[in-house]
Amino acid sequence: MKRHLLESADLDRADATLVLDTAAQIDQALAGREVKKLPTLRGRTVVNLFYEDSTRTRISFELAAKRLSADVINFSAKGSSVSKGESLKDTALTLEAMGSDAIVVRHGASGAPHRLANWVRGSVVNAGDGTHEHPTQALLDAYTIRRRLGRLAGVRVAIVGDVLHSRVARSNVWLLHTLGAEVTVVAPPTLLPVGVGTWPVEVSYDLDAVLPKADVVMMLRVQGERMNASYFPSAREYSRRYGLDGRRMAALGDEAIVMHPGPMNRGMEIAAEVADSVRSTIVEQVGNGVSVRMAVLYLLLGGRSE
Amino acid sequence: MTSYLIKGAKPLGGGPADVLITDGRIAAIGDSLSATGAEVIEAGGLIALPGLVDLHTHLREPGREDAETVETGSRAAALGGFTAVHAMANTDPVADTAGVVEQVWRLGGQAGLVDVVPVGAVTVGLAGERLAELGAMADSAARVRVFSDDGHCVSDPALMRRALEYVKAFDGVVAQHAEEPRLTAGAQMHEGDRSARLGLTGWPAAAEEAIIARDVLLAGHVGARLHVCHVSTAGSVELLRWAKSRGVQVTAEVTPHHLLLTDACAESYDPVFKVNPPLRTDEDVAALRRGLADGTIDAVATDHAPHAVEDKESEWAQARPGMLGLEQALAVVVETMVETGLLDWQGVADRMSMRPAAIGRLAGHGRPLAPGEPANLLLLDPAARVTVDPAALASRSRNSPYAGRELPGRVVATFLRGTPTVLDGKAVR
Amino acid sequence: MARSTEPARSPSSGSNPGVLLSAADVARVVDRMAHQLIERYARGGGVGDDGAIDPGSADGGLSDLVLVGIPTRGAPLARRLAARIEAFTGTHVDVGTADITLYRDDLRRRGVRALEPTILPDAGIDDRLVVLVDDVLFSGRSVRAALDALRDLGRPRSVQLAVLVDRGHRELPIRADFVGKNVPTSRSQQVRVHLTETDGADEVLVTDGRPEVRAAGEESQ
Ligand SMILES: [Zn+2]
Repeated sequence: MKRHLLESADLDRADATLVLDTAAQIDQALAGREVKKLPTLRGRTVVNLFYEDSTRTRISFELAAKRLSADVINFSAKGSSVSKGESLKDTALTLEAMGSDAIVVRHGASGAPHRLANWVRGSVVNAGDGTHEHPTQALLDAYTIRRRLGRLAGVRVAIVGDVLHSRVARSNVWLLHTLGAEVTVVAPPTLLPVGVGTWPVEVSYDLDAVLPKADVVMMLRVQGERMNASYFPSAREYSRRYGLDGRRMAALGDEAIVMHPGPMNRGMEIAAEVADSVRSTIVEQVGNGVSVRMAVLYLLLGGRSE
Repeated sequence: MTSYLIKGAKPLGGGPADVLITDGRIAAIGDSLSATGAEVIEAGGLIALPGLVDLHTHLREPGREDAETVETGSRAAALGGFTAVHAMANTDPVADTAGVVEQVWRLGGQAGLVDVVPVGAVTVGLAGERLAELGAMADSAARVRVFSDDGHCVSDPALMRRALEYVKAFDGVVAQHAEEPRLTAGAQMHEGDRSARLGLTGWPAAAEEAIIARDVLLAGHVGARLHVCHVSTAGSVELLRWAKSRGVQVTAEVTPHHLLLTDACAESYDPVFKVNPPLRTDEDVAALRRGLADGTIDAVATDHAPHAVEDKESEWAQARPGMLGLEQALAVVVETMVETGLLDWQGVADRMSMRPAAIGRLAGHGRPLAPGEPANLLLLDPAARVTVDPAALASRSRNSPYAGRELPGRVVATFLRGTPTVLDGKAVR
Repeated sequence: MARSTEPARSPSSGSNPGVLLSAADVARVVDRMAHQLIERYARGGGVGDDGAIDPGSADGGLSDLVLVGIPTRGAPLARRLAARIEAFTGTHVDVGTADITLYRDDLRRRGVRALEPTILPDAGIDDRLVVLVDDVLFSGRSVRAALDALRDLGRPRSVQLAVLVDRGHRELPIRADFVGKNVPTSRSQQVRVHLTETDGADEVLVTDGRPEVRAAGEESQ
């Protein structure tokens, strides 16, 4: 493992598999026990440095660190020195001076975790940067797929929605490719990046054509505001062409699952009957997120093999 | 005034000759010249070129003296072999009145290291809404001939047409920063494979090319001069080639960094590589070099853009665009154009001195190395290789994209009207 | 003191230098340990003079016993012991494994490694008689970590320790209740247990190690 987890490309197949295997062992070790805490990272300090509100991701990392007995500091950019204009670098140096062993950073600017990694000695974990990546989300998605379907190699995954602005999509494309899955991105052309042709994916504009062949359908959150910038004409049209409703779900194979990184826009990209169906892994993904983040923190912080 | 006798330099890379400078002019060029009382400069192996002229420099004064001043920028320019620089108008206050352009012009005179030629804003406050008093700036002591809203595009086609027409009255030229703003909202880097992966909002080549296409049509229609700043794409070169073939009075510049660097630099997310227009692809770099070699692109201009540390040591999106250029411009041209065989020294003199001086209507610069001409020249050691150390630069800022890079050539001396501004590779003042 | 039925013998005294136990030896030692466990736990718990085991119920003893192996090689050893006990007595003995990696106190020095399963019997370990099983007892740090892990996994009535080889050099006040073989070693030597399940063959080797590469507290090599 590298010292930081900044993007999916930091993980080769062996590393990514190690993370998933470790998460599985942790899950198994903690299953059914009363004491959900391990002493592994006693005396280590993990800082959650969040420049964007994301309660669910922060709590997931916080729980992961606490279950490994790390000391956790939540450093929200709101209402702190950061909002008074302190630079990312100054904040990094401050956290460094306080002895943080790992910084989990969520930032609205793509590449902010890369910058941070230049300025601190500890590990940096990207918890979502701009429209770039969100690697632990991809790891938990891969983990969820493997638990449900028993494998990743050859699994056909359709990633549907605002790929252009989605860090979840980017991280999943690279990680799932690394792990041998076959990815198709499905979106209106306006919501695919120029240059998507160089990604190791199939590209489709037609959800109905893709669904029958998909083992996994990963629905991305689509913000209604996008229609104001003419990415699509209306929420209704988007939903009609790219939303996953009960009728479309019926086109899926028997074993196929439906994923969503949350938070969902019910009625926009996903219908309530789909989100709440047995195919849906949405609640499971949340739980798996804690295990996967424990695995990541353990592997980054547990110590380095010589 | 001291006389100088430069022994054994190679004017424009030709055979060795001695150059005698007296009273600010080249008095003689020939073999074994001697002059009593003249200071002798041994210049064996050095190349003599006419002093370089930059059409595009951001000196930041007034307003951001923490990033650069006219004096520090002038020193950087002299060290780069320049004898004249055009100071862009996006200062604070904006150089959109005779008062501000005269202030900058006076500061340049006081520094005395290069001729600082102010560029006037096209529109009031660079706001793109109404014309600034272009005639007043042209008539001022600064004698402004180049007008630009650089940093912003004059995107309103009607306003652009009027500006092109209006400056004809005093032989001015509008230097357009070609960027269709609606296509580049929030843009961070070249739109392509790498932006898709890095999650940085793309700056499409078409946003530059669309404006160039429009403006060459307008310039042709009204019979005005148009200059295109920092051309960055292969498509732009094609459009310029087409326009020139149709007789449109269009000229264009390319920056050193667009001749050398590509969008691959963005993969580090280090904002020292953030610039507007953005670094493009290998194919664009190749097309720009070819365009400069065949004259489709007239000039190299630095777009020297100093930024304070806090404006660069940040997240990519928060950082300000721009990079230093004056001190390494010639070295980058040597690496990308001379060592590749695309330009000879005569060509370097043409693209970095003669043509930019002609575009800016600067008498006294961009002249041949010949007796009677103003002694604006530089001596270059083409064999030297220098590793760029930002801390050692004369600019007040440190945002050099070439940090740690070894580049060929070193400016050993620069003369401004017979007075050395650089000797032994060091600024005289 | 722990009971060992095999007299201590110098590692170099064997006919094949370095081989401490052959495959046949390993089988014999495992059988003997199984008998010791039966002796200790069968029929309401014959309690040794060194510990107060009182299963307290007529059918206690073996049915309350859980052999918890410490991965890597403690896990197959625990399974073998359980199989031998069942063969000798006809009584099924529960088996589990407890990975201790996340409980170690020397992660910074040793670096991360892949985790192995932690699997407990369906009936759990609460109020049961747990015997931890490991291949080599050295510094005692693995056992300490295993005790910490057990504390989080449940509340056994008692915990005892069985090891195939005790090579000495304890760094903690820990001793084994069942020892297959006591082996005096120097610190620089390495004791390697190989089992068919993990290594393809059964044998125990002693080699002259290089002390400079052995991290302090490393227990089994
Ligand atoms: Zn510009």
